[in-house]
Amino acid sequence: MIFPQMDWFPLLNSLRVAIISTVVIFFSGIYAAWHIAKLPHLFKGILDVILTLPLVLPPTVVGFFLLKMLGPYSAIGSFLINTANTRLVMEWYSAIFASVVVAFPLMYRTARGAFESFDPDLQYAGQTLGMPNWKIFWKIVVPTCKQGILAGTVLAFARALGEYGATSMISGYTPGRTATISTTVYQLWRTGDDAQAYLWVLINIAISCVVLFAINSLEAKNSTKHPVRDLERS
Amino acid sequence: MLIVNFVKHLHSFDLIVDFQAKSEVLGILGPSGCGKSMTLKCIAGIEKPDSGYIELDGVVLFDSVKNINLSPQDRHMGYLFQHYALFPTMTVEQNLLAGIRPENTENKMSEVRQIITTMKLVGLENKKPDQLSGGQKQRVALGRILLNKPKILMLDEPLSALDQYLKWQVQLELVELFERWQKTVLLVSHNREEIFQLCDTVSVLTKGVNEAKQTVEELFNAPQSLSAGVLAGCRNFSKIEIIDLSQGLFKAHDWGVTLHSSKLTPGSRYCGAYSHNFEVTNKISGNSAVAENLIPVSCLYRFGKGVTESLVCSTPGGSNGHSVLYLELRPVEGGITDKDEPFQVSIPPQDLIFFNS
Repeated sequence: MIFPQMDWFPLLNSLRVAIISTVVIFFSGIYAAWHIAKLPHLFKGILDVILTLPLVLPPTVVGFFLLKMLGPYSAIGSFLINTANTRLVMEWYSAIFASVVVAFPLMYRTARGAFESFDPDLQYAGQTLGMPNWKIFWKIVVPTCKQGILAGTVLAFARALGEYGATSMISGYTPGRTATISTTVYQLWRTGDDAQAYLWVLINIAISCVVLFAINSLEAKNSTKHPVRDLERS
Repeated sequence: MLIVNFVKHLHSFDLIVDFQAKSEVLGILGPSGCGKSMTLKCIAGIEKPDSGYIELDGVVLFDSVKNINLSPQDRHMGYLFQHYALFPTMTVEQNLLAGIRPENTENKMSEVRQIITTMKLVGLENKKPDQLSGGQKQRVALGRILLNKPKILMLDEPLSALDQYLKWQVQLELVELFERWQKTVLLVSHNREEIFQLCDTVSVLTKGVNEAKQTVEELFNAPQSLSAGVLAGCRNFSKIEIIDLSQGLFKAHDWGVTLHSSKLTPGSRYCGAYSHNFEVTNKISGNSAVAENLIPVSCLYRFGKGVTESLVCSTPGGSNGHSVLYLELRPVEGGITDKDEPFQVSIPPQDLIFFNS
């Protein structure tokens, strides 16, 4: 029996990293998407490239940059070690930096697509009716763009959960401290523990299937939303 | 009293708007892309003019000199968007509630109940906008605006998005609403029918500049420019040359005939005539062709088997710019049966319209 002696830490750690990253990405992605969607063409293009870059860069390159930015010899890293005795790398929460940067573009791009197809008249209507801008955003814009925002959130969560390259560089692999599902699978394969490796692979596949089902059901809901839109019912 | 006077630079032209409106239904008539919607957006504070002044009931909304620019939230304008801009995730009732300003929230449920009754929305409270017909959507949007207690109403092509058979009903509802409203209504449209049926006064907006306000009847009878004439529904135009001003005699170049009308003025450069004002005549009386304002024509195309028959006819003007005449005739009147046979039409002198530009 494998289960009783199973160390569930990698699952819990992966989940907490992914959940915290998703919360961060949710708000920052929506914020960036909303403001960038309204920018003039040139600025939009430049910012878009910068913010989407982590999606296409090898995760090791992202990890390299993160280590240079947050490592103990960097300005931020050394400052925090000296003042708060806190280090930003090789801890469980270091993986959050990696997964936020890598998964952010998925949220940002999906939400931006949704915002770009948002009818600006709805926003103007809210304004002429005297609604404050923050209320218009959260009560009208976000609910109207719900499909895109949810899809982006699910994609970002899935990507954050599966992050390996940058995570292994910035968090390392310490069993019971920084191990995630993906770094554990690699470690188990390296040590030849196929039984445990298979188990984690199955867990990973199961989570991914749930995520994909979630995305598909969101899309299906979207496409059957107006079955009788064109019927006149006056 | 609404005072509007501003300039807004757009991609291909400058929008220059200047008018005042009292308690009246003022229409702004212009072709698509002339800046009509932009005018409303500037007045509502959604877009910012580059310079100018906007005032409503003594309150300055925008003043580029004093750097005043109230937010749309503070302008209290009831703006009916062309596609109504109902919030798609909210029910009818929630949409109406969204119209109530934060400062008037006491009695809000009873106000909403009342508007549901007056706007004939009973039974639709829990429907989403995409389950409503065009007419219902418009009533919800208007109800939401009325609950907001605006100072003026601004409507962007209120009938254009509706099916023909719904237009009548909605038009009646709007006329009733305007009668109860008794304050300024601003209505923009590219469709003269909408203006003729709903407005008291009208200002034509072409090439980004609006013409002086006039009554709707004046626009129909005496449009101020060729483009206003086109918008008013006039289809026949000709460049003219004055022969004798005292007798009202002039040559209509495009039509290749000499005509007369006492409405001719020294500055007249073009004349125009509505399709329905031409009469077919077989008279070969003692009077000359000029005295009868006769134009010999040949029919090129005819279509329409309904109340009126539409004809496209060639004139002696040959290949000049507007040499073709568009006529609308009642079939019995003319008794023109043979398409190829040339015939004569006359245009009553008082039905000719003259333009300086």
